[in-house]
Amino acid sequence: MSIFAMPSLGADMEEGKLIEWLVKPGDRVSKGDIVAVVETQKGAIEIEIFEAGEIGALLAEPGQTLPVGAPLARLGAAAEAKAAPAPTPAAPKPAPEPEVAAKPPAAPVAPVPPATAQGGVLASPAARTLAAERGIALETVAGSGPGGAILLADVESQAQPAPRPEAERPKGKPGLDMAEMRRAIAAAMSRAKREIPHYYLSHEIDLQSAQDRLTALNANRTPDQRLLMGAVLIRATVRALAKVPELNGRLEADPYAPSEAVHCGLAVAMRGGGLIAPAILDAQGMDLDLIMSAMRDLVARTRTGRLRNSEITQGTITVSSLGETGVDALFGVIYPPQVALVGFGAPRLRPMVHDGSVQPRLAVTATLAADHRVSDGRRGALFLAEIDRLLQEPETP
Amino acid sequence: MTPTDIRAGFIADLTAVAPDLDPGSIGDTDHLQDDLGLDSMDFLNLVSALHKRFGLPIPEADYPQLATPEKSVAYLASQLAT
Repeated sequence: MSIFAMPSLGADMEEGKLIEWLVKPGDRVSKGDIVAVVETQKGAIEIEIFEAGEIGALLAEPGQTLPVGAPLARLGAAAEAKAAPAPTPAAPKPAPEPEVAAKPPAAPVAPVPPATAQGGVLASPAARTLAAERGIALETVAGSGPGGAILLADVESQAQPAPRPEAERPKGKPGLDMAEMRRAIAAAMSRAKREIPHYYLSHEIDLQSAQDRLTALNANRTPDQRLLMGAVLIRATVRALAKVPELNGRLEADPYAPSEAVHCGLAVAMRGGGLIAPAILDAQGMDLDLIMSAMRDLVARTRTGRLRNSEITQGTITVSSLGETGVDALFGVIYPPQVALVGFGAPRLRPMVHDGSVQPRLAVTATLAADHRVSDGRRGALFLAEIDRLLQEPETP
Repeated sequence: MTPTDIRAGFIADLTAVAPDLDPGSIGDTDHLQDDLGLDSMDFLNLVSALHKRFGLPIPEADYPQLATPEKSVAYLASQLAT
């Protein structure tokens, strides 16, 4: 038996709101399965479980806000595993069970009813639970989910008569509170500037050959198969880390050990403001096409869907790219506990010396913000030079 | 297909890519990147959707002709006519 607890999804997270269970007692789960959805400052996040076993009792109800470390479910050992002593939950303070169930559910925690049950009204399990709690008939609630399904938010707005009119709500990803996100960014960036002795390097890279190769490659592809320069830059960054591996990792223990895997964070701007930097996991083994499809998927889910907790908690380096429109260079703030952030300005035609004469060439300014506790400027310089070298290779478009 | 149909399809694909945009308040001369805030990934997703909807190749070299809704509708109409 072990306990599945409310995970920490960032140094600044103190509590999370359980939105939905995706498993019920008796379900077998394996490592990496998504078992619940939790609402955080970064929006709704899918929570993976990092242990295999069988779900025992669910100890928390959808709609409850719980501190990090609070037990969410009991996890029984898989049948074939031997009965090992129960591991201690990683809770900061052991929360005794009765306290957690401070507001016991009316009925013993039962398997969540299927979304389509009961009188033909479509509603999520979380919405049903809250509606039942507050005595609201689901038939009277207007659903905003797929196919008119009633979501938790719909019941909430019914229960607390319009605290904020629709028009006043900040635009952006549904379920994302912009003020909360700003607070999360403020906490992480304040910590970075307080704790990390940043040093900065900048290097102008001739991008013309890479652009020419990319154009030739994309000419034979339909739009859905085309590659963006952003993917080329990420691929070069990931490959260059093989030469200066100490820039890839998380400074969480002494002595610092770089990470073998490259979980490359991608700073994704949210339409409407703010940003999230989820990671492409295990990017070291990906070719350009895989990086591109991972980017597409990650950007889409960051803006309109759901990210998984591993994607927002395991990054080992972050790339921030200004894209096609913007200024020449950005000097980033490292996302703690990572130790480096690579910035790419907007590629722009600039006069450059090429083959002995001044020519208009597409150029990009690559910058490195790195943690001086784990690397020095000389190694950082080697890293930017390696990115440059890789971008000139015919092998990388 | 009339320009009105093409515009409706274009606006549907644009608002799918940028769900926060209000279809009614998108101006015909709004610049997709500068005014409507599309980044390179959004733009590629829009081109992919237009490719699927209209069955046109839309090569990268033609991207500048998709700068605004007005230009895009004219471009799509001329490509559909050939």
